[in-house]
Order: sequence, then C-alpha cells, then structure tokens
Amino acid sequence: MLTINDRDRIEWRPGMTVRDVLDAMGYTYALITVTVDGELVEEDDYDHRAVPDGAALNVFHLAHGG
Amino acid sequence: MTSPIFARNVPGMTERLARAAVGVAGCGGLGSNAAVALVRAGIGRLILADADRVEASNLNRQHFFQRDIGRLKVEALADHLQAIHPAVALDLRAIELTPANAAEVFGDAEILIEAFDRAEAKRWLIESWCRAYPGRPIVVASGLAGLGRTASIAVRSAGRIHFCGDGESDMSAGLCAARVAIVAAMQANVAIELLMGDPMR
Repeated sequence: MLTINDRDRIEWRPGMTVRDVLDAMGYTYALITVTVDGELVEEDDYDHRAVPDGAALNVFHLAHGG
Repeated sequence: MTSPIFARNVPGMTERLARAAVGVAGCGGLGSNAAVALVRAGIGRLILADADRVEASNLNRQHFFQRDIGRLKVEALADHLQAIHPAVALDLRAIELTPANAAEVFGDAEILIEAFDRAEAKRWLIESWCRAYPGRPIVVASGLAGLGRTASIAVRSAGRIHFCGDGESDMSAGLCAARVAIVAAMQANVAIELLMGDPMR
C-alpha cells in the first residue's frame, strides 16, 4: 500500500515506478514536485525510480505567481 | 548587547537568528515581503538575488515605493531592510539566477526561500538546491493568486521541502497584496521556526 499526500491510498505493485503512481492517481498538473519518503525525485527519474511498498509520496503542484 | 528592536522576541530567539543566514531567491511579491519579515525577526544575514528593476506594476504587492521605480530590486530592498535594522548583513546579487549558478549564489545560506514567479523556475530551484545541499531546507511558495479563501492557504512539508500556499491558484487569477503577503509571511515564519528548531517538526 502507498500513501499519497497523507490522504490517498493506492495498492502497491512490484516494480512500480514514480510514473506508475502518477498515472494511477491521474494527475493532470503541468508542473509538479514529487517526494518519496521525504526525498525529492527529479522529473528525469520518474520513469525508473522504483517506489517501495509502504512508501509515502507527496505530490505538490507548482503554480505560477510570486 | 542586542538591539532594542528585538525586545519582544521570545527567549533565545535573538541570539540564534542573529547567527543565521537565509537566502531569498527572487525579490518580488514573495521575496521582498519575506525579507522584511525575516529582518524584523532578527535574521543576521540575508542573501538577496534578483536581476530585475522595480516597475510601477510591482507596487500593488511588493515592498517598494514610488521612488524605487527604475532601481535594481536588490538595492532598493536593501535600503528598506537597513532602514529597519541597520546592522543586518546583506549580500546583494543582481544577477539572473539559473540552474547553473543558484547553488553557488546561496552556498552560505542555511535555508532558502523560493520566491520566483514562474513555476518552471520554482521546480529547477528545488531540484538544484536539494541536489547541492540535501540536508538544508527550502521553503517554496505555490498558490497565492486570486482573492480570499484564506483557509485554503497552508504549509505542507515533505522532508526538507516546505510548501506554502493553496497549491492551486495561478497568477492568471491576478495577484493581490493581501494574499501574496500572507504566503510570503508564512514562508518567513516557516524559516524562523526551522531555525529555532521547533520540536513539533
């Protein structure tokens, strides 16, 4: 089981990557920042960074404005 | 002898914050207001980076005045910060921050305040900072546009990355001083809290 944003839970599958989690969650934001167990995962690593069972992911939308 | 400016600080705060160095990446609506809050709290040193000059359209939310229009933001802001606390140490970098130079510019900072406009820049700054200094916190702002909805603004943290804002609203909804300044003050508040070692974190 994986926990997303301290709120949502999805079933873990062997070999699951960050990209698989994002696809499963159906995020459509153009720009996001992702952490796995508090560690930043850079966008270039989404397709191959494996997510361990029990991990807590945070997905933050980055919106323009400052 | 500490400055009487900080007579209302909580015990231990003035000494700790006087030793602190905080980076502020961007001196617009977020960065200028966050810097003011940090200096008023007693942060000893700020590294301020922004290549822009003050424009009239900045005055709706940024800590500048009519007489600043046309000046470099870092220089105008430095004057305002030193008018609050003359002894504050300020490193001014009137340069365009890039993925290649940001980590070096803020190398002395214990904590970085991300205060950019563009979401793409927010992302590369987070990545550059975390890659260069994995143990140091970064306080990011995302979602500060539009009006009202104060209760939707929050701090969400993951490891050393702290996000302030509603996480949704985009500048296409307009930028208004009240809401931008709430998020800027929230970023400063998180940085101060981290420097003071809040046991709740």
